[in-house]
Amino acid sequence: MPAPEQHRLVFRQIDEPGYSNDLACYLRNGGYEVLRKAVRRRPEELVDEVKKSGLRGRGGAGFPCGVKWSLLDRKSGKPVYLIVNADESEPGTFKDRYIIYRDPHQLIEGIMITCFANKVEQTFIYIRGEFPDGAKILERAIAEARAANFVGPSILGTGYGCEIYVHRGAGAYICGEETGLIESLEGKRPYPRIKPPYFPAVLGLYQCPTIVNNVETICHVKHIADMGGEAFSKIGTPNNTGTRILCVSGHVQRPGYYEFDVGKLTMGQLLNEVCGGPLPGRKFKAVIPGGTSAKVLKFGERYKGRRKVGAEMVEYDWGVEDIPMDFDSLAMVGSMGGSGGVIVMDDSVSMVEALGNINAFYSHESCGQCTPCREGSLWMKRITARMVHGDARPEDGALLKSVADQIAGRTICAFGEACAWPTQSFVGKFGDEFKAYSQEKGGPRPDAAPELV
Amino acid sequence: MMNLSPETLQKIEQVIPHYPVKRSAVLPLLHFVQEERGFISDEAIEWIAAKLEIQPVNVYELVTFYPMLRRKPIGRRHIRVCRTLSCALMGGYRTCAEFQRQFNTGLGGISPDGEVTVEFVECLASCGTAPVVMIDDELHEKVDAARARALAQEIRAAARPEGAR
Ligand SMILES: Cc1cc2nc3c(=O)[nH]c(=O)nc-3n(C[C@H](O)[C@H](O)[C@H](O)COP(=O)(O)O)c2cc1C
Ligand code: SF4
Ligand code: FES
Repeated sequence: MPAPEQHRLVFRQIDEPGYSNDLACYLRNGGYEVLRKAVRRRPEELVDEVKKSGLRGRGGAGFPCGVKWSLLDRKSGKPVYLIVNADESEPGTFKDRYIIYRDPHQLIEGIMITCFANKVEQTFIYIRGEFPDGAKILERAIAEARAANFVGPSILGTGYGCEIYVHRGAGAYICGEETGLIESLEGKRPYPRIKPPYFPAVLGLYQCPTIVNNVETICHVKHIADMGGEAFSKIGTPNNTGTRILCVSGHVQRPGYYEFDVGKLTMGQLLNEVCGGPLPGRKFKAVIPGGTSAKVLKFGERYKGRRKVGAEMVEYDWGVEDIPMDFDSLAMVGSMGGSGGVIVMDDSVSMVEALGNINAFYSHESCGQCTPCREGSLWMKRITARMVHGDARPEDGALLKSVADQIAGRTICAFGEACAWPTQSFVGKFGDEFKAYSQEKGGPRPDAAPELV
Repeated sequence: MMNLSPETLQKIEQVIPHYPVKRSAVLPLLHFVQEERGFISDEAIEWIAAKLEIQPVNVYELVTFYPMLRRKPIGRRHIRVCRTLSCALMGGYRTCAEFQRQFNTGLGGISPDGEVTVEFVECLASCGTAPVVMIDDELHEKVDAARARALAQEIRAAARPEGAR
């Protein structure tokens, strides 16, 4: 079956010739019209639209956005904050970058609709330190929007006011985790908080109820307010509604960002048609479907089970190529949609070395609060580094797995899972390669196979 | 005493009231000071702590945590090569080695000519255009070894005064 057409909702404008990131251009293209209409509605109606839309968070966990908003603790009487998560730190993910750099006003319009709907009066955009120009672009866009009364003390003359400030991170992955982010914004080390009790919706920034949403999620809110929750829920597939941006990197002919109806496209269509297939003379070997934290999928393996299609339960028997790119299908095959970062590896790649690269990342980024995560990520890195640069032993795979198995479920935040899953899935699916590595590593290397650790 | 420029001082005064709690401004202040001075000195830590009415250790613990904050000066230009998977798959290690060779330098230190500091950093969120490199604040995409040589050439050319070899 041929791949469906891209459906660009959030990325509708960014590649249009002549489209620029200033307010005048945004207004010429119908910008802020949705906000104008939204502020004439009751805030509760807007929250209902988002609930009806079925929108799931695009930052990693895929939590329903409308449900998140309705968990806000209103009884406390404390101010409610919105934090936009623009940390974009999950390796393989690069969508928020393009929204921020090329279409910042779309994000600001989404923020203002979200704030109006939730009666928020203060927003912080937490942007990674590695986007210095992005922070400047956002600051300029906010100033333009404030001058035009889209942001500030009385938005569009309604008497409702909301400010947006940009807060820059300084290079730590853990600031993407929402409670680590909150600590960072409070001026502390970004040590994630323990949940319960520190659910942001109840005890978030400055112990006030706080919404944390990803940049792309907030942009979808604008489109929901525009077309209505009902219409949005008809895009995509049931429980996986709307469009989603997929970021493809690694060994394909055409890496890049693509926006599709969620679940209407399979992995095979994405990689073979949309991205042009493998590099000349190579074959796909493995793919990580949702950022490095997601479990790896191996080409050639089969996934079987029963799933719901409409009202019926049907059998499925999929190869990697057949998996629909949605949250539920990727969870069914034992991985996750995560942040939408699809990383492709072909047959030139040694899985031991690829895991070594990933382990180096997690060991560098563990915040160090929990012993299993701090020590475990370090040991997994050391073992894979020794396998590559020192002597590899046939039992190293089992050793790696035994370390990983002791992390997940025993830590304060989901980084514990994020650092254990790559090792568990790489060793689980490519165990033979780990066993044979000691013999094979001195042997001939595939052409142009680059160093990974 | 810190003798910060009037521009930096103005940015500092503007940013503090963005937050209901002063301590929240510590990261922005660290950025501003590092942008002007190149690194965070003991004196800067004391000054920022006093400014925000917190303990110096509360500033110090951030400087030691965040990878982008540094306690020492670096070369005139800062070359940050992405080390993470998507870039490595496309040859990021080769790119980094080429920069090191071009400036005859190891990772992290200052090159013998004082021009650059070459560093490996984790994912720069531009994995689709791998391998990527940040030179100062600017992102460069698809930087293979040949492109790294060309960029090194540009850096050297910009360093020489007009007319000099
Ligand atoms: C280790 C870790 C890193 C994360 N990094 C990011 C990130 O860079 N950007 C992001 O939006 N969410 C990230 N998340 C998810 C956030 O904690 C949070 O779920 C998300 O921002 C919520 O927004 P959403 O519901 O709109 O997806 C991360 C989570 C973990 C555990
Ligand atoms: S799991 Fe890891 S990153 Fe998360 S709080 Fe514990 S040590 Fe920190
Ligand atoms: S892996 Fe290099 S930019 Fe993401």
